[in-house]
Amino acid sequence: MESVTSPANSVLRKTPLNAVHRRLGAKMVNFGGWDMPVEYPSSAGLIAEHRAVRNSCGVFDVSHMGDIRIHTRNRPGGALAAVQYTTMNDASKLAIGQAHYSAMLYPEGTFVDDVIVHRLGEDDFLLVINAGTREKDVSWVRGNTQGMDCVVEDLSDAYTQLAIQGPHAVDVLQKLTDTNLDPIKNYWFTHGTVCGLPNTLIARTGYTGEDGFEIYVPSDVATSERVWSAVLEAGKQFHLVPCGLGARNTLRLESKMALYGHEISEKINVWEGGLDRYCRMEKGDFIGRAALQKARAAGVQRVLVGLEMVDRGIARDEYRCFNEAGKPVGVVTSGSPSPTLCKNIALAYVPPTMAALGTPIFVEIRCQKCRAQVVATPFYKRPRRAITV
Amino acid sequence: MAYPKQYRYTKEHEWIETKGDIATIGITDYAQHELGDVVFVELPAPGTKVSTGKTLGSVESVKAVSEIYAPASGEVIESNASLQNKPETLNTEPHGAGWLVKIKLANPAEVNSLMDAAAYEAYIEEKQKEASA
Repeated sequence: MESVTSPANSVLRKTPLNAVHRRLGAKMVNFGGWDMPVEYPSSAGLIAEHRAVRNSCGVFDVSHMGDIRIHTRNRPGGALAAVQYTTMNDASKLAIGQAHYSAMLYPEGTFVDDVIVHRLGEDDFLLVINAGTREKDVSWVRGNTQGMDCVVEDLSDAYTQLAIQGPHAVDVLQKLTDTNLDPIKNYWFTHGTVCGLPNTLIARTGYTGEDGFEIYVPSDVATSERVWSAVLEAGKQFHLVPCGLGARNTLRLESKMALYGHEISEKINVWEGGLDRYCRMEKGDFIGRAALQKARAAGVQRVLVGLEMVDRGIARDEYRCFNEAGKPVGVVTSGSPSPTLCKNIALAYVPPTMAALGTPIFVEIRCQKCRAQVVATPFYKRPRRAITV
Repeated sequence: MAYPKQYRYTKEHEWIETKGDIATIGITDYAQHELGDVVFVELPAPGTKVSTGKTLGSVESVKAVSEIYAPASGEVIESNASLQNKPETLNTEPHGAGWLVKIKLANPAEVNSLMDAAAYEAYIEEKQKEASA
């Protein structure tokens, strides 16, 4: 049997909580050059962690993600102009305290990275970016805003970022802050004192499809460990468990959230990826706009669809897709068992003619063509809480 | 979990128990722990010929597919059908009810070159030291 985990490697980058994860007996893997926990066998294991987030709450160390702050240098509007030029969503529509999902594009209209843009102030923005593209993204922003009236700061190492996710995430975090969390709407944020740390960014964002928060605390090891422990302690009442990248992936996949390098990449454009609603062509010029205009006129060659396995077998990343006649038609971008649905699901690029619900798609799993069918996405949608008066 | 003294072990974490020229094959406790919760098992049909060191099937967790390598050559007489509906047995009873296949050995003496329980325990202790270094 082949080995699945990686041994300790001093060349891999580490978050401030690395020692904590190892102390908890986490299985560690190399994720984009980072030594990260994939699951914690002693407390739960992947499937249990996943279900904990869906049913109650879990906490993720996502400090490997990066942070770029863009603020104005001299005159008002400088930072906004820089953000508008380098990202595809319309940042002028953000209120102070609001965030949105967006992306940075190459001139070809394909993805540099996806990003959450937070409007900290009139002319002050925080972009949270992927771990594997930290340096690329910072260079990209700096390079493309050179003549512009803004300051670009790489704050990636300044924060320990924790994601507390699940229906009880709000209850857990509320124990650690005096800031009233209830009024913070989805994709809005505030600053408050958390675990005695003033001016902590508290954002109602996440990558799980559940309600939840992400908090950004100072990245020194002592503070990071203290806050992590406080979250675990506050969460005991709600059976909160630490969650690794394994559960992070199954949760986001069920919710049809893109993963860079899979559903989106430098080879895939916005229309193919189905991210039209986050791309505001009417806002004015931005990098990639012209190419997207052309691509929209030409029509897409492939679209992202959800698949559910019909035959026995698990479709996985990069497995090839075939039509009934045995002709290759596409590829799986992400595939896995779904702990919530107890089915094997996947996202795949197929021709637009094969995107209708119910279309049979055959996934090649170790030399055998296994039947799947196109299904609606997201595979899972969290139940909306009834408002009781 | 103890490693049965009468089994033999491979570096790829398979175990094999021989009774005459019939052998039962499975994966070790170390292997199932590495894998995590098993969700899917793919095993060869009776009659399939297996060769030492070649793939005889696969075991899947949520995150990974792991090939199973034949510790010895022979012909499959039975695959553990219960694993289709209850793959988690591989996690709870990897050395017993979680057995994978039974084969008729082509060359029973082949098994003698494999590690015994003590050697295997030493081998995985080394691996665990490497992992936490």
